[in-house]
Amino acid sequence: MDLVLQLLFTGIGIGAVYALVALGFVLIFRATNVVNFAQGEFSMVAAYLMVVFSVDLGWPYWLSFLIALAGMALFGVIFNLGVYYPLRNRTYLPVIIATIGASILLSNSVLAIYGPQPQVLQGWFDTPGIQLGPVYLDSQYLLIIAVTILLVLFNFWFFEKTLLGKKLQATSQDKEMASLLGISVSTMIMITFIYSAVLGGLAGILVAPVLFVSIQMGSTIALKAFAATIIGGFGDVAGAIVGGLALGVIETFGAAYVSVPYKDGFAFLVLIAFLVFRPQGIFGERVAEKA
Amino acid sequence: MSASDNMIPAPAVRSRPLIVRHLPYFIGAAALVTLAAGMRFDGYVLNILLQATTFSIAVFGLSVVLGLCGQINLAQAAFFGFGAYAVGLGTADLHLNFWLCLAGACAITLVAGAFLGMSTLRLGGHYLAMVTISFQQIVTLVMINAIGLTHGPDGVANIRRPELFQSSQSYLAFCVAMLAIVGYIVWHLPDTKLGRAMRAVRDNELAAGVNGIDVFRTKIYAFGICALLGGLAGGLFAGGFAYVSPDQFSFAESIVFLTMSLLGGVASPIGSVIGTGLLILIPEWLRFLKSVPGLYLAIYGLFVILIIRFMPDGIWGFVADAFTRWRAQTKAPPAAAVLQLKPATTGGDIVLEVTGLSKHFGGLKAVDDVDIAVKRGSVHALIGPNGSGKTTTLNVLSGLYKATSGRIVLDGTDITSMAPHQRTAAGLGRTFQNIRLFRSMTALENVEIGAERPGNTMVGKGDDALTERAMEALTFVGLGNRANELISSFSYGHQRLIEIARALASNPTLLLLDEPAAGLNSTEKLELHELLKRIAAQGLTILIIDHDMTLVSEAAQHITVLNFGRRIADGESMAVLRHPDVVSAYLGSE
Repeated sequence: MDLVLQLLFTGIGIGAVYALVALGFVLIFRATNVVNFAQGEFSMVAAYLMVVFSVDLGWPYWLSFLIALAGMALFGVIFNLGVYYPLRNRTYLPVIIATIGASILLSNSVLAIYGPQPQVLQGWFDTPGIQLGPVYLDSQYLLIIAVTILLVLFNFWFFEKTLLGKKLQATSQDKEMASLLGISVSTMIMITFIYSAVLGGLAGILVAPVLFVSIQMGSTIALKAFAATIIGGFGDVAGAIVGGLALGVIETFGAAYVSVPYKDGFAFLVLIAFLVFRPQGIFGERVAEKA
Repeated sequence: MSASDNMIPAPAVRSRPLIVRHLPYFIGAAALVTLAAGMRFDGYVLNILLQATTFSIAVFGLSVVLGLCGQINLAQAAFFGFGAYAVGLGTADLHLNFWLCLAGACAITLVAGAFLGMSTLRLGGHYLAMVTISFQQIVTLVMINAIGLTHGPDGVANIRRPELFQSSQSYLAFCVAMLAIVGYIVWHLPDTKLGRAMRAVRDNELAAGVNGIDVFRTKIYAFGICALLGGLAGGLFAGGFAYVSPDQFSFAESIVFLTMSLLGGVASPIGSVIGTGLLILIPEWLRFLKSVPGLYLAIYGLFVILIIRFMPDGIWGFVADAFTRWRAQTKAPPAAAVLQLKPATTGGDIVLEVTGLSKHFGGLKAVDDVDIAVKRGSVHALIGPNGSGKTTTLNVLSGLYKATSGRIVLDGTDITSMAPHQRTAAGLGRTFQNIRLFRSMTALENVEIGAERPGNTMVGKGDDALTERAMEALTFVGLGNRANELISSFSYGHQRLIEIARALASNPTLLLLDEPAAGLNSTEKLELHELLKRIAAQGLTILIIDHDMTLVSEAAQHITVLNFGRRIADGESMAVLRHPDVVSAYLGSE
């Protein structure tokens, strides 16, 4: 029983990271109708930025954190202008191929600069964790869970209560109509990319002390996050969160009770099972094409 | 006037038999094989050639799935690896015959590809991209971790070749011969029934479905063929190099395959060979790039973005495009006979009987308990103000929407629960309000896909008969002389006519026309009216939806009026149009 509780905590912690990246996926998908396959690299790049500022340059953790997030905002702008924007009037296929190209370019550029050796990043707190009854609560996991809860609340407030959020929603639902109402669609898409890059970056920085900072961390997280969006119901914000948490828990239990080397395979099995038996996901997003 | 009076003597569409026309290809291929077998290469060149040859076959697979069918596969290296491990483990560990292992490699990858496709291809392309990446990761995981089966990271050594091709030189010649054979098949595929179906699916899935193509199955075929070619290539690769290890079949390799395909031109096997050749040779010339890990893959990634942005059709696409444009001007289409329409008459007097049809979207009753009976040989109109449920009705009739309740009987067959392509096979033809043609194809090819409807009794066996039928349909709508032009060069009105020709070529039992006059100018409307008369004169039943009251009242003998999803009037044209409910629905009441 103690082990179950411990695994549950770890699973939710890692699942929260998937949920954050999945949220970034969903936001870009809703704004542009394409899946950004470089979403995981957003997390990877942010983690390496942290390594540069905090480890290599030895700057304070909080300052490195702020600069890394600012860097991610800039990165979102560059990504949009370099990869998505020139292809915005083409079908989805060229766009996803371009984002895959970007993903390869980013991870291998970092590999060329930093080499294959994984980097270590300290956690935010000096205290490694607290013992709560039978369960050991790792401080970094606690931070991840807390930040995720805050971000979900912020997300809700931002999209439902602010004018900018409503404009973003209008853009994602009907671009033509939004532009007729005087909303600059390209600005809204730019904002989405910035927000999504910061979100992905945040997830990367938070998870970096738990995993290692490596070239593969981006694609691994992205794969799980995408599986999470399908499990939750594609394009659904609540679905992405629930799907991410569920996947984190399933994976942690799978690794503990079934097999460690194949830990990364569980996401795929769950994904296939959902695609075959319930492609609309838990929250039932419609996937059929409209006539 | 009988049909024979109108016969224009038509020259045979394709005069020489296929084998004669393609003879130069086989002579060239034979020359290459002889060259590969006879020339003296040193080991380094031999390895590069062997790699280029086997990789090209794997990239052919991508040209089928991505170029022809418009579906993405980011796991080609995994299928390549499947094939390589099948031959590797089979010959080295189990001491099986090479040919048996190669056949096994093909069979395993075909099944794996089809299974993977079945799980995902019903959904959109994003799912496919992610699932193939996941599959790729899993295969790599298994190759590294299932040490008992795969030898893990050490890889498989001592892979054997067939007795017949023991020397590297003869094995290369054998691989070149395989490349030539597979290349021929892939090159020829677009002009086969399956190939046309794939292109139709790529251009417009919805239109492909209502033209009698089983979209899902076509995609699975494309995916299966792609996987099979990957497996075949992998098997040949393993035999060639005698040693394989997991890192040769990683996700990065899948991206290399994709880049090869995109660079050369995704639509053609020639492009595949160009792209593969270049991307194997360039890194050899720029070996210093490989000294920094990641650098050359980073450049590949950049290449992918730049090619997609600036050269979407690849190198060969660019060259071929110029060539096609030059050829299209020189090649005049042959004249055709007059189109014959012989709608099937198995049912009774009523061709289409709709009873109690409803379609609800959540709480909205878009179509509510509607009855329609379309008499054989008549022109029947379905009219109503905007938002009255006309197009929804049509979409339910053609199977794009599932009916909430009710029954649809076409010529004695209950089609209520059939998929769109099955309804087309049962004799339904339709056009769309917003034109849905296959935009990368010529007018003739578009109409050929219509003519290919399963169960079309008006077209004989073979490609020539198909082309003839399509030409007749295009000539019928007055566009026969422009048959070989691409869709994009036609005006809006002419595109509409091509859509009608596509439906007519299939010899439907009932033709559904969705607002055919929308967006046409007055001359075009008159031409459309004439065309409808000529269609009706051949006994084909038409159900037409339109706003144009002049067209409807003149063309239709019978009118059904919808308002707010309900039928408010039904009967002989003039009586219906004077019906007070109809007048108030259109003009408002006091």
